[in-house]
Amino acid sequence: MEEILDILNGLGLDADFEHCTTLIDDGILESLDIVTIIAELSDAFDITIPARDIVPENFNSAEAMLNMVNRLLDE
Amino acid sequence: MLFTSYGFIAFLAVLFVLYYLIPKRFQWLLLLAADIVFYACAGWKGLCFMAATVVVSWAATNLMGASLAKQKSFLKSDEGKTLERAERKAYKKQCEKHRKVIFVLALVADLGILAALKYTNFLITNVNALFSADIAAVDWVLPLGISFYTFQTVSYVIDVYWEKVEPEKNILRVALFTSFFPLLIQGPISRFGDLKDTLFAEHKADFKQISFGLQRILWGYFKKLVIADRLLAAVTALCGDPLTYTGAYVFIGAVLYAAELYADFTGGIDITIGVAQVLGIKVKENFIRPYFSRNIAEYWRRWHISMGTWFKDYIFYPLSVAPWLLKLSKSARKKISDGFGRKLSVYVSTIVTWFLTGLWHGAAWNFVVWGLLNAFFILLAEEFKPVSQRFRAKHERLVSGFGYRVFETLRTFLLMCSLRVLDCYRDVAVSFRALGTVFTDFNWGEVFSGALLQLGLTSADYLIAAVGVVIMFAVSCIQEKHGSVREVLWEKPVLCYAVFFVLAVAVLTFGAYGVGYDATQFIYNQF
Amino acid sequence: MSKKSNKKLHIICLAVFTVLLCAAVWLLGRITEPKYMSGVLEGAMTQEYYNEENSHDVIFVGDCEVYENFSPVTMWEEHGITSYIRGSAQQLIWQSYYLLEEVFERESPKVVVYNVQSMKYDAPQSEAYNRMTLDGMPLSKHKLDAIKASMTENEDMISYLIPFLRYHSRWSELTDEDFEYAFRRDSVTIAGYLMRADVEPMTKLPTAPVLDDYTIGDTCWEYLDKMQKLCDANGATLILIKSPSLWPHWYDQWDEQISDYAAEHGLDYINLLDVSDDIGIDMQTDTYDAGLHLNIYGAEKLSRYFADILAGRYGVPDRSEDETIAADWENKCNAYYELLAAQNAELEEYGYLKSWTLGDEK
Repeated sequence: MEEILDILNGLGLDADFEHCTTLIDDGILESLDIVTIIAELSDAFDITIPARDIVPENFNSAEAMLNMVNRLLDE
Repeated sequence: MLFTSYGFIAFLAVLFVLYYLIPKRFQWLLLLAADIVFYACAGWKGLCFMAATVVVSWAATNLMGASLAKQKSFLKSDEGKTLERAERKAYKKQCEKHRKVIFVLALVADLGILAALKYTNFLITNVNALFSADIAAVDWVLPLGISFYTFQTVSYVIDVYWEKVEPEKNILRVALFTSFFPLLIQGPISRFGDLKDTLFAEHKADFKQISFGLQRILWGYFKKLVIADRLLAAVTALCGDPLTYTGAYVFIGAVLYAAELYADFTGGIDITIGVAQVLGIKVKENFIRPYFSRNIAEYWRRWHISMGTWFKDYIFYPLSVAPWLLKLSKSARKKISDGFGRKLSVYVSTIVTWFLTGLWHGAAWNFVVWGLLNAFFILLAEEFKPVSQRFRAKHERLVSGFGYRVFETLRTFLLMCSLRVLDCYRDVAVSFRALGTVFTDFNWGEVFSGALLQLGLTSADYLIAAVGVVIMFAVSCIQEKHGSVREVLWEKPVLCYAVFFVLAVAVLTFGAYGVGYDATQFIYNQF
Repeated sequence: MSKKSNKKLHIICLAVFTVLLCAAVWLLGRITEPKYMSGVLEGAMTQEYYNEENSHDVIFVGDCEVYENFSPVTMWEEHGITSYIRGSAQQLIWQSYYLLEEVFERESPKVVVYNVQSMKYDAPQSEAYNRMTLDGMPLSKHKLDAIKASMTENEDMISYLIPFLRYHSRWSELTDEDFEYAFRRDSVTIAGYLMRADVEPMTKLPTAPVLDDYTIGDTCWEYLDKMQKLCDANGATLILIKSPSLWPHWYDQWDEQISDYAAEHGLDYINLLDVSDDIGIDMQTDTYDAGLHLNIYGAEKLSRYFADILAGRYGVPDRSEDETIAADWENKCNAYYELLAAQNAELEEYGYLKSWTLGDEK
């Protein structure tokens, strides 16, 4: 979790990754931000995030992103 | 059948009555029959192309579904038994590959029809120009709404491939989803997952929903007939003669076009969603008062939403996570600079997405340039984000004030008007030249000394259009503040029916319809 | 407010809304409909027929070549013939036919006179002329049939039934006349005759253009046949005539086809062009637009000549002894001479007919 938060906060986006759980639903993250996050996560964890996983549920909170990363690492 | 024809009104009346008279389990079949009637009015050839699309997507999705089911049941039956983890993975991979082949074939078939019919002439013209060849243009009729139903079908095929929705086994239901007539002409491009529960369901006649639907249809006709079709004459005249109408005319033309396009497109969508609502079917909104947007990215989240999300979900995201692009950006990070590499995938995806968005709007360079300019301004705003964030932090009071909001909104509006000039003139060079004259030809005096009355509109017409625009604006303001205007009115029946009485009489009196008015098609028809 | 009473109120409001909307559309239709009370008077002619109180022995149908060229008042004065002209601008043969169907429902004329000029049109021509002929008819099967036969490509039946749908765009050009005549009309003709007392001598006729095809269309023959059967069934004699207007040109090829048809079907066809000299028409004094239409002086000459034929050859009775009818026609005669006097007064004052035309066209 720490690692993810570090990455996210390092992007200089105007969002509260620690607490917010509606990052997508409330339009805090835009599509360009999401793509930036994906690139960072793929790079950091050495995973490929397939397009089918780019759904709001996977990006609404840091925790959701962590779950997704863990699942992809598992596969 | 045009939305604004008497035939369409009669068609709706018959459909609405039948829909609630027949047994509810047949309602969706009646809709399918209505689609076929609606579509056949535009020619049986189009019906054939659509049928091909339906069969392809039905077969592909079911084959993919069968493959997935087989994979799941095999792996389940083998749970913890003979196969190693690696073997299980390999089996899964193999199944996935199988599905991928089906998927790609289906996409090629669906998009191939669209590409061939819509872009062949564009290709021929460009090949001719490049190699000074002389290939004759083809004379293929574009089936009604092909851009819209193809995108809708493709989204369904992709969603099944991505396992977001279950494949529909009944081909007639796939046919209904593809051909649902209110959506056919100008969208919203709806997703199977959003429509399936409402489109095939049984619907009881609900007084309020039917009333709301009819009210919305009426409101749509008001926008379309009273405002859009009235302004059309002036816009056509201004854009038709860019050599005469320069400077202030271009500015006025762009603003009038903004009003016309908005009234036309949102009016059409109001009719669409209203018709669906009368039928008890919920269709997602396509516009959220886009002209109130404060920047171009927000504008595109509020204008033609279904198209924006389509390109985002099915082009932008898949592209931005494409392995080759990620690899490219990784190596760019190492070799060139960290910042550049990090942005590379975003930039490439954005530009490609907007290039295709432009091309989807029309097979012509002006649309392509229009798309790319949108990408340019979106990325420009992205580049300046740190600067603007610093500015906002420094001048918090100013930025949070109403004046600044108005400034931002106006800036966005004027920027979008300028880009839309490419849509007006349909020619890149002419558009830029026209736009340039706004800053060189100061002919405002001439414009307001009666020249505007030479454009096919009388001063009474301008007055009606202006009143109409003010009403649209007021309604938008109320919606922005209080949500649905219809909900507010519903609580006060007398006022409600008085308002719609005035609206109905206004549409019938001031609407541009009937003999003497050319049957002006909805602008989005041709896309 | 409770939910239930809200719904009740909604239904009441909806009912009121519907009724008011229908009323508004009807009323607005009345207001926006062109009245044709000045300028283009031709549009007001169709409906005047329904004000006629007494029946007629002779009914004319056709285009301007009947309603400008024949004067029923003159025929009454000559031989006591009661006649009415159901003419209208560019009346096409199917329109003549359906107007006749309507006539036979209301009365039993002995003679029907059809001017064959319109046989040259085999297809609907113009929305404006359709409207002028058809809008004045009351709703009936005849009207619906006439509309169906007459509609040009982009017309709709519904806008004939709900005139507001057609005329709503006149909202910005409404005049006092539209409000004044929303519910009533003045007469513009006398027994269907549209009087013109001005003179414009014929100078030189344009050369008749050569046509690609002189064949009279099938639809025309079909309706002519129907017209004959209709007259037969109602015991009336159908007479085909060609009015002595010199322009538009009446081609010999057309004349031949009509003559042949008439001979074959036992119809009388009288080409009055051939007997212009006997009638005494002088195109220097008897036309108001250089040979297209006759003015009152030409019309009176032609009517005297034709009244002789009607009374002599077809035995149309003299009704001047019938008191009710004579009283009716006396009114008509008075109106006729008053109108003539009024037109002459205007000619003297302005040099042209100000109130009966679109203005100084000369």
